[in-house]
Amino acid sequence: MASVSQNFMKLFRGSSGGTEAALPQAAQKLTRRSSGLGELSRLWESETPLCVLDLGSTSPSNIRFFTEGSHKIYSEDLLVASTDPGLVTKDEQGNVVLDSRQFLADNLVYPAAQFDVVLCWNLPDYLDESLVRPVMGRLWSVLKPGGMLLAFFHTKDAGPDSPCYRFHIIGKDTLEMQRIMLKREARRGPTGAVHTAITEGFRLQRVFNNRHIETLFRDFASIKFFLARDNVREVLVVR
Amino acid sequence: MSAPLSGDLAQIGKSVVIKGELSGSEDLYVDGQVEGSISLKNNSLTVGPNGTVKATVEAKGIVVQGKLEGNVQASDRVELRKSAVVTGDISTQRISIEEGAYLKGKVDIQGKADKAAGK
Repeated sequence: MASVSQNFMKLFRGSSGGTEAALPQAAQKLTRRSSGLGELSRLWESETPLCVLDLGSTSPSNIRFFTEGSHKIYSEDLLVASTDPGLVTKDEQGNVVLDSRQFLADNLVYPAAQFDVVLCWNLPDYLDESLVRPVMGRLWSVLKPGGMLLAFFHTKDAGPDSPCYRFHIIGKDTLEMQRIMLKREARRGPTGAVHTAITEGFRLQRVFNNRHIETLFRDFASIKFFLARDNVREVLVVR
Repeated sequence: MSAPLSGDLAQIGKSVVIKGELSGSEDLYVDGQVEGSISLKNNSLTVGPNGTVKATVEAKGIVVQGKLEGNVQASDRVELRKSAVVTGDISTQRISIEEGAYLKGKVDIQGKADKAAGK
């Protein structure tokens, strides 16, 4: 998997566009149908109060959506957390990486089998390479057996400049996507990955193909793909 | 934004640092630093834009414009303004969160029935 994703990253690093063009569109909100969310909605329409973990940017809409349904929601923005300069370290080969142990000591600290649902959104595509597998491992452990995780993955056709969005739930199977505002100019992140902004904008780090996604979620009991028109695959996995 | 002026409002200014237990029966505006615990059971706490609070907080109403780290329990409502950075679990009857606010933690909406049952 590494070689394929590294090839994609080389392509992406060669591109310099994005920063200036992003600002005028920043406030724009797009609406999209989500088949994965539609499947999950069966869960929150039930009487049983659920425990939901939202890993995207803090979304007042999502908090309102779940609390009005008498569910408990936990919010944790892992992309922002991954920009902590204190995480920068070197691996055995001397490459600059992020310290996944420290990251998991500071984030996703929950008892085992706490959550019924984890909303991962597009996190795996934008998270630093050194954190992806450790984070997915931790998410497996904090999900209840039978619990579900929803993640979005770009296809190759999406292109390297695919913007990073916040996702707001506005209906049973409808999301509002809000482009993350870019307030700072482009610069290189701690591992060498180019981020168009350190705190509020992120660059696509890789593209997973279906086999990579299956490998990423190999510890889960089942995986279901939903193809969308906007070069995104939705993936719903069950622990 | 300047600190609100009111007869029944205690204020902790920007340059003030307090460590320990704070409790009282009047509203409190914190624009400085507080570390420890804050208990204002029948009154409100406002963390101003320059305020940094590392404390467990119990109050009737809580408005956050600055930084708050610690678990929060409000018997009435919590408001996170757009500049708020909150790390901790929130338990309240009502909550409003402005676009741009940051929250790392749980939101638990307690109905009056839940509170009476001690849930």
